[in-house]
Amino acid sequence: MAINKENYTRRDFIKNSGMIAGGVVLVSLLNPFKLVFATKKPVGIGKWYGVGIDIEKCIGCGSCARACKIENEVPNEPFFFRNWVEQYTIMNDGQIKVSSPNGGIDGFKQPVPDENIYKTFFVPKMCNHCAKSPCTQVCPVGASFESPEGLALVDQSYCIGCGYCVQACPYGCRYIDPQKGVVDKCTLCYHRLEKGLNPACMMACPTGARIYGDLNDKESALSLFVKENNCAVLKPQLNTGSKLFYNALSQEVH
Amino acid sequence: MESLYEALANLDGFIYPNEIALNWDLLIVMYPYITGLVAGAFILASLNRVFDIKALKPTYEISLLTALAFMLVATMPLITHLGQPLRFYEMLITPHLTSAMAIFGFVYLWYLMVVLLLEIWFDYRYDMVIWSQQKKGFMKFFYKALTLWISDTSPESRKTDEKFGYFITVIGIPSAFLLHGYVGFIFGSIKANPWWSTVMMPVIFLFSAMVSGIALVMFIYMAINYLRRKKTDIFCLDTIAKYLFYILILDFTLESLDQIHRIYEADESFDILKILVRGKLFFTFFIMQIGIGTLIPITTLGVLQFKKPRERTRKILYLIISIFVLVGIFFMRWNVVIGGQLFSKSFYGFTSYKVNLIGGTDVSLSLLWFIVPFFILAFLIWLLPPWKKFVEKTN
Repeated sequence: MAINKENYTRRDFIKNSGMIAGGVVLVSLLNPFKLVFATKKPVGIGKWYGVGIDIEKCIGCGSCARACKIENEVPNEPFFFRNWVEQYTIMNDGQIKVSSPNGGIDGFKQPVPDENIYKTFFVPKMCNHCAKSPCTQVCPVGASFESPEGLALVDQSYCIGCGYCVQACPYGCRYIDPQKGVVDKCTLCYHRLEKGLNPACMMACPTGARIYGDLNDKESALSLFVKENNCAVLKPQLNTGSKLFYNALSQEVH
Repeated sequence: MESLYEALANLDGFIYPNEIALNWDLLIVMYPYITGLVAGAFILASLNRVFDIKALKPTYEISLLTALAFMLVATMPLITHLGQPLRFYEMLITPHLTSAMAIFGFVYLWYLMVVLLLEIWFDYRYDMVIWSQQKKGFMKFFYKALTLWISDTSPESRKTDEKFGYFITVIGIPSAFLLHGYVGFIFGSIKANPWWSTVMMPVIFLFSAMVSGIALVMFIYMAINYLRRKKTDIFCLDTIAKYLFYILILDFTLESLDQIHRIYEADESFDILKILVRGKLFFTFFIMQIGIGTLIPITTLGVLQFKKPRERTRKILYLIISIFVLVGIFFMRWNVVIGGQLFSKSFYGFTSYKVNLIGGTDVSLSLLWFIVPFFILAFLIWLLPPWKKFVEKTN
């Protein structure tokens, strides 16, 4: 490895580099690198979760959004939501008005006089837990992942906060937590499911407009809901494999 | 947070609540801008080397060093924008292979390590050996270290340098295409965003990159000669301007094709995008990107192809055009990155974005990452002065 040679050629350089590289490989063979997985796979419970929302039952009270903020410690500002409620008002002249003040947490007012309204309804929104989720596809480190139960989750200890998934979600369900600097989203209250409890939003809904369940089990409440109602998903043209099924979804809803 | 409340107060129509905050700010505008300058400058260097356009010889080393100077900071806007900047290395050690962004790290490293550094090394190796023999003390050691202690100056070794250098340039052209095409793909592959999601995006990014890189080298070449009080080779400038003109036309054609296609197809997103372009993007799109950045340079360069005024006038025109083009391409990146986040994916409204001129980290960091490369370039030119090279080489 002496380098005081008069005419040190590339051949020498390559020879020496080769020796070093070979040495590194040899040492690494002694203690082979374990394959590095981006995230640990959560222990599955053999289910394939989806969510059903009955628009005809939603009264726009915002309890779901409120419960979610409290249960999941979502920042209080009106820019960060794991779930929220939208109010759609279609007027007689065809104009469509949509609003979601503070995600519906404080309730809604209807500024349009009754006689001008063609129809109006509430649409609760949350993560669609897509089977082919575009958000997990784009995560550069694999911090966003799909659990074996079909839930799109985030490993916050691993997320680098690039925001690519926020851009990739067609439904606007993700946000960057300003305090933690990482992404946050609906987990269908995974921490509660694990304990056999229902998600907070489902517990809080006074009219039972929200259900969740195992799509693999054809007798589950959700499977029956999808079977008995004329259900649709949001933005089906994007082929995200959304598992959030709406009953009586109007075509105006995006 | 205050700016978010301001945005909330100025909402236009309906927007998903999580969309009020623009996640990708000015720093992400700088990222494709800087990467584009790298790819463009490199392609100009390749024109000289591979396609043997001799008139461009005075800019060969300048282009390479410019590309390297900007390449070294190209990832900084991205990293400083992360919510968790210290975790950036996770992207390299546990890349998630279905993510366009994860692969970018490798494309970047390939381009930096294999293409740029090697090409510059082979180009300067002989000179560095000579310089290491001429200098004393630390600089002697430094040049020696740069040559990797290879002191071979035989004619055969120089022939090999030339051969390898040429080979790497040939690999470098598709690599430069890959580098910036890839940046385009990061945006173009997002199906959730109709303003981004187009197969044209990588191609448009590539051509706009070439345009901006060529304009940058043109500007730097003139600036260096001004600072050194040397005469700028007008024939070289004319040639650069000619290529800038051709590629500008190509770039404009491709972008127009994309927009015309969008307008004619008029799919579900068309109504909101129409309002976006005519409203919130009017100034940055029509005035800055198309007017200043494209139409004025194309017209001026077009006229200059047929009618050549005095040398001095031409130089002033070239200087102005290079700045116009650089500004125009900056706003092109702005329109893509910021424009794509101003409208709601519900297609029912808009949020707003104001650059915090005072006190905002996005502006100060963006400026920093744009200015630092010029200092790096000054250092590189001091270290490896193109005009002190021993030029009686094989070509």
